[in-house]
Amino acid sequence: MNKSLYDYLILLGDSPLILGHRLSELCGHGPNLETDIALSNIALDLFGQVRNWYQYAAEVHGEGKTEDDIAFLRYEHEYRNVVLTEQPNKDFAWVIARQFYFDAWHFSLLSQLTESRDERISAIAAKSIKEVTYHRRFSSEWVKRLGDGTEESHIRMQNAIAHFAMYKGELFEETNVEKEMFASGTGADFKVLKTQFDSFTNEVLNDAGLEIPQIDWTQRGGKQGVHSEHLGYILTDLQYMQRAYPGMQW
Amino acid sequence: MVESSMPESEHKVREILATVKDPEIPVLTVEDMGIIRGIELDGQKVRVKITPTYSGCPAMDEIAADIRKALLAEGYEPEVVSVLSPPWSSLWISEEGRRKMEVYGIAAPLEEVADKRALMGEKRVVKCTHCGSMNTRLVSPFGSTACKALFQCNDCLEPFDYFKCI
Repeated sequence: MNKSLYDYLILLGDSPLILGHRLSELCGHGPNLETDIALSNIALDLFGQVRNWYQYAAEVHGEGKTEDDIAFLRYEHEYRNVVLTEQPNKDFAWVIARQFYFDAWHFSLLSQLTESRDERISAIAAKSIKEVTYHRRFSSEWVKRLGDGTEESHIRMQNAIAHFAMYKGELFEETNVEKEMFASGTGADFKVLKTQFDSFTNEVLNDAGLEIPQIDWTQRGGKQGVHSEHLGYILTDLQYMQRAYPGMQW
Repeated sequence: MVESSMPESEHKVREILATVKDPEIPVLTVEDMGIIRGIELDGQKVRVKITPTYSGCPAMDEIAADIRKALLAEGYEPEVVSVLSPPWSSLWISEEGRRKMEVYGIAAPLEEVADKRALMGEKRVVKCTHCGSMNTRLVSPFGSTACKALFQCNDCLEPFDYFKCI
């Protein structure tokens, strides 16, 4: 098997899987009906994209591996999602700030991958970016609405944007696999990714009347399989059925 | 779409596919939705390529199963495969499909530029499916299914679905 390609596809799939799970926890618990439905829809789009990455990864792996094996039958240290995505839901500003940083990054990443030399990767990216365009619009509009809203909403949005800033750096730390994929024309250019991310987020934060957090360190580890405590709890929930009834199918 | 230039055998398969409905919008067939991306025939063996509207669309598995069932019932040996490229566009919904959608109560997707304005809440361009008023507003860009946005009419005050452009 092409180990580098497999590892790369896992990196691409794991972040949206874990964020999608976090968002799915809000189904039925959103602040109002419209945002509840929106967050559940975003979770659904992400899961659809994850299935495409994992189906491809399963084919690359061979030996009868399936997308379900990849999603449900790995241990914590084998997941490669960025630690941003596993952070818990606190209030709505929290959910929006996490989503805003993720969407800004996800959009730029996918737009580069539409040009990937790997046709399957470019097809999945071209499909996904149509959906992620809506996600990014949703989260950035809420950043503006809350930032430029009441005194209370402004404080909460500002706090959330400042809190999640410490998870941004990991988004731009390139693993060896990502370096290799970029060199071969398959992956993304992280310098471009960082420039596009900064320019988009700064513009939205300015419009929202929010301060741009200045931070020169980052939480990291997810992309090497070293996670925060939260991931274990997520997997306990996510993997319950497969652990309790191994091999079960719908 | 059933075209006169098609070989007889493919024509027959197209007719069968025209009976398979989208489970989420049961007035539309899979042909109306523009999700059939190719048909390969080899005797009784038929390979149908379909493409998802949205990556996470939960109706896709059911649609694939329904296509298989409909072809099996007519004596074919069907295989349904999913293709992603080129990605599905709401522009692929047929005229007939758009008409049926409107009658069913879902506003059909506008062309892309007008759609962006509508979803950004800049211009009132989506027509109410209940009273025909153009005085409508976007309630949420995410609606009851992945492919729909939620609108409300400012005149008759009824909510309605709008099929999003992607």
